[in-house]
Amino acid sequence: MPQTPAQPDIAELSALIEAHLHLEGPLLPILHALQAAHGHIPEAALPLIASALNITRAELHGVISFYHDFRTAPAGRHVLKICRAEACQSMGATGIAEATLKKLGLDWHGTTTNGAVTVEPVYCLGLCACAPAAMLDDRVVGRVDAAKLDTLLAEAGA
Amino acid sequence: MKDFIIPWDADRDMGTPAREGKPVTLTIDGFEVTVPAGTSVMRAAAEAGLQIPKLCATDSLEAFGSCRLCVVEIEGRRGTPASCTTPVAPGMVVHTQSAKVKTIRKGVMELYISDHPLDCLTCAANGDCELQDMAGAVGLRDVRYTAPPETGLANHFAPRNTSGEANPEWLPKDDSNPYFTYDPSKCIVCSRCVRACEEVQGTFALTIAGRGFDSRVSAGAAGDDFLSSDCVSCGACVQACPTATLQEKSVIELGTPTRSVVTTCAYCGVGCSFKAELNGDELVRMVPWKHGKANRGHSCVKGRFAWGYATHRDRILNPMIRDRIDEPWREVSWAEAIGFAATRLRGLQQTHGRKSIGVITSSRCTNEETFLVQKLARAVFGNNNTDTCARVCHSPTGYGLGQTFGTSAGTQDFDSVEHTDVVIVIGANPTDGHPVFASRLKKRLRQGAKLIVIDPRRIDLVKSAHVAAAHHLALRPGTNVAVVTALAHVIVTEGLMDEAYIRERCDWDEFQEYAEFVSDPRHSPEATALLTGVPADELRAAARTFATGGNGAIYYGLGVTEHSQGSTTVMGIANLAMLTGNVGRKGVGVNPLRGQNNVQGSCDMGSFPHELPGYRHVKRDDVRDIFRQAWGVEIDPEPGLRIPNMLDAAVDGTFKGLYCQGEDILQSDPDTKHVAAGLAAMECVIVHDLFLNETANYAHVFLPGSTFLEKEGTFTNAERRINRVRKVMAPRNGYADWEITQMLANAMGAGWTYTHPAEVMAEIAATTPSFAGVTYELLEEKGSVQWPCNEANPDGTPLMHVDGFVRGKGRFIVTEYVATDERTGPRFPLLLTTGRILSQYNVGAQTRRTANTVWHAEDVLEIHPHDAENRGVKDGDWVRLASRSGETTLRAKITDRVSPGVVYTTFHHPDTQANVITTDYSDWATNCPEYKVTAVQVALSNGPSDWQEDYAAQAERARRILPAAE
Repeated sequence: MPQTPAQPDIAELSALIEAHLHLEGPLLPILHALQAAHGHIPEAALPLIASALNITRAELHGVISFYHDFRTAPAGRHVLKICRAEACQSMGATGIAEATLKKLGLDWHGTTTNGAVTVEPVYCLGLCACAPAAMLDDRVVGRVDAAKLDTLLAEAGA
Repeated sequence: MKDFIIPWDADRDMGTPAREGKPVTLTIDGFEVTVPAGTSVMRAAAEAGLQIPKLCATDSLEAFGSCRLCVVEIEGRRGTPASCTTPVAPGMVVHTQSAKVKTIRKGVMELYISDHPLDCLTCAANGDCELQDMAGAVGLRDVRYTAPPETGLANHFAPRNTSGEANPEWLPKDDSNPYFTYDPSKCIVCSRCVRACEEVQGTFALTIAGRGFDSRVSAGAAGDDFLSSDCVSCGACVQACPTATLQEKSVIELGTPTRSVVTTCAYCGVGCSFKAELNGDELVRMVPWKHGKANRGHSCVKGRFAWGYATHRDRILNPMIRDRIDEPWREVSWAEAIGFAATRLRGLQQTHGRKSIGVITSSRCTNEETFLVQKLARAVFGNNNTDTCARVCHSPTGYGLGQTFGTSAGTQDFDSVEHTDVVIVIGANPTDGHPVFASRLKKRLRQGAKLIVIDPRRIDLVKSAHVAAAHHLALRPGTNVAVVTALAHVIVTEGLMDEAYIRERCDWDEFQEYAEFVSDPRHSPEATALLTGVPADELRAAARTFATGGNGAIYYGLGVTEHSQGSTTVMGIANLAMLTGNVGRKGVGVNPLRGQNNVQGSCDMGSFPHELPGYRHVKRDDVRDIFRQAWGVEIDPEPGLRIPNMLDAAVDGTFKGLYCQGEDILQSDPDTKHVAAGLAAMECVIVHDLFLNETANYAHVFLPGSTFLEKEGTFTNAERRINRVRKVMAPRNGYADWEITQMLANAMGAGWTYTHPAEVMAEIAATTPSFAGVTYELLEEKGSVQWPCNEANPDGTPLMHVDGFVRGKGRFIVTEYVATDERTGPRFPLLLTTGRILSQYNVGAQTRRTANTVWHAEDVLEIHPHDAENRGVKDGDWVRLASRSGETTLRAKITDRVSPGVVYTTFHHPDTQANVITTDYSDWATNCPEYKVTAVQVALSNGPSDWQEDYAAQAERARRILPAAE
């Protein structure tokens, strides 16, 4: 993921918002585009979105906070999601997850000090048949165990 | 508070809004009930007297279906549908109390209560809590969820767990709003507050942040509290909250009220109905009454919360007199004060003639009180020297609509806005001045109606959440007539007028003359663009939208009337409405938004010097005869003096005495210095008011007034609706205002014997045809009526001019634009226009004495960044605002809401005295002052002007009070 510039350019943000205004229900596409471009939804974009869509900052806050995947601050270079839903729990995901967090010295949603990996919970990746499951960035992984996770984390540079 | 648990009265919550539709019959719990199609099963059950348990539903909001407490069983349908979201169907058979739904409800309730504190006995909503009621109604006896011993139970209400560790889910109370608190620990996340903010108020200040167990009501974004959010403190969320999560601070402090009285708000011309809820004679809260026909259960921050002025320590409760205005006040008995006033007034008449004294009636007092004050002038003083503050606001409405339609009032009721398709708002700022109407308008706009705003300033309606004007014509102040005529030019020259309507309803010859006039190319948008500053294509587009968009309604305010051509613009507006066939049915019309609670009524009651009650000229022998017979005195056939004439005559030494009830002319009337000089020249100024207002600095007699909470009477709102004002507590000053006027009249030998305002209303009805059918019994029965109410319209008249104009044929009047004499030039290059804001009201005598000052502590000058930069003015700087009349200082606020060349301020604070700046130019027909256009210059300043300092010193001297002699 690209490093986020400290002060995103207002004109650039506006152009990105503008590009989606023709869509029906443009808010989610705008938020996705912003997150794709910046790794999170920059605060400077919020008044611009509110003004472009003629909605209030409260409504915007409601939407952004509803979706766990929208970030208000940048994540690490890689995001590791560990499934905590029922099937994975029954296959021992809780223990694996706790061990991983402990090893990295993180809490859920935490990022390693070198900025390499953010660890997040996820509730079902649709891989119940291959539980426990995890996802590194866009790649899903089934039947994870401690060794597999170590490989993934090493890959990510944690 | 038994009535909250078993609310059998008419105010009970029906669960979902009423619908209009064909009747549908169904059976609920064995009872047959017939309701309009589209009604929810929940509401149908309520109509049959069956309350289905509910938490997230309330009848001011559309159904939401989230709480799952209102589930029912319907024969032939699977599952247990929510009764709030299920519409009725013919022949439907519903069971609201089957074993299955009872079990579900108990389970749902158990889950709710598992995350709710059980501190009911010390909770502010104790006895007024729907959660409590529903727990009772479903028979909840046990909550089975117990905390796991090692981790404790996750909840939102306990600040700490049993080990003393902080609970991350617990949030502290938000008490940033001065009038209510938000306690997240009591929230059941029913979303009623969020929906009320959106659907009812239209501000969208609230949201639900997060999801699932983390869902929280949030004002604004993360980091906001209620005060810093977009919240306008209308109270709709507090009203909608079923628990103590959103709770009035007054209830927290004083306890739940035990009795209520329906009455009418004393702020703006919307005339909202409220339930004053009390314990004994202590007012606990004001709650908008859902059956109020003007407000339909909604309110704004002023009426809902800003009533504390009624018991403010500044209120004067004892009469006071003094021989000269440089002396301190002496507190005296009522008898002495009244005797002193009467002797002085009679003395002045003996020395200086019958016409040397007069009255100013109040647009804040009741119809009955106003009637008596003008009667005092006409029957006791023996002259027609009566005027009212409508002189400075809507007198051009009276004249303009009288000339064109034949009556001096708005043509619609407020419900009409629900049927409108295109709205023109001209010279009005409803979200601030008439907030409850604005909410109803915004609701209609969100449903798709189009909006055209004609205003020099970008008012909130031009663009606010989910509302945007199709066209904003940001004209230069003072060019209303040119813009309105240009609109007519486009409609006529492009053939967009409603010819059939004009032929049937209006005078065709006059129309042709008018059409020829407006078709002249000099009235085209292109020709006038340079003058008005409105781009021609934008104006053309607006004209087409209005003429072709369906039901077109025009709402206007003081930005129309308070000009040298105020009356002309009113006539221009009437022309536009007739031209497009937009008078005489729902959803259309010409609607003046009246400023004060009873300004319509005070005009109706004959407050003007040339008109007896019911807008009948004093020259008419037949009308004078009616009053001669009723009052037993001759009525002077000569019109009396208007307020500006009184002041001029005072300066000239021919007008010597004034009885001024409930109006602060020194602050509200233009050219403050001239007003002060006039008042100072009088020998007996009687101020009858709640507070020592600015005018009282020049008074010899102060008669303490009573508030709207302390008397019986009626107010008439902007839609001609006569609403009852009911006494909820005894007058703290000892007398209702009508009694005080009667004492003064009797001290001057009148011999009046009124014992109740109903008797005054009977006299009004007997003498004034448009009120002929109005009685207190009728008002009691109907709740309110709109005049004319007489034999022809026994239930009143919601819509005027339905079958034809009151004057017969609608009259088109040629509206030639004449520029005001107030011009910008090198010394005064900017145009000042004035207005008001939501939290303050008029001169602020009431609202400045409430916590509303947190939103607006001082008047500020709005200036465009371009003009500010030219003058080196930065945001928040002190600036000197000077005109040809005077100067004052205030802080600058830099904003592009105003156009370059235009500055804007409010007039709520006496230490700013915006009216020191305004000129004495006025409307050609009615003398309504030209507040909205003053040529000014703005420059950086260090502090208050000389005038402000002198004024403050004089005011302090004039307000000294000696204690009463023992």
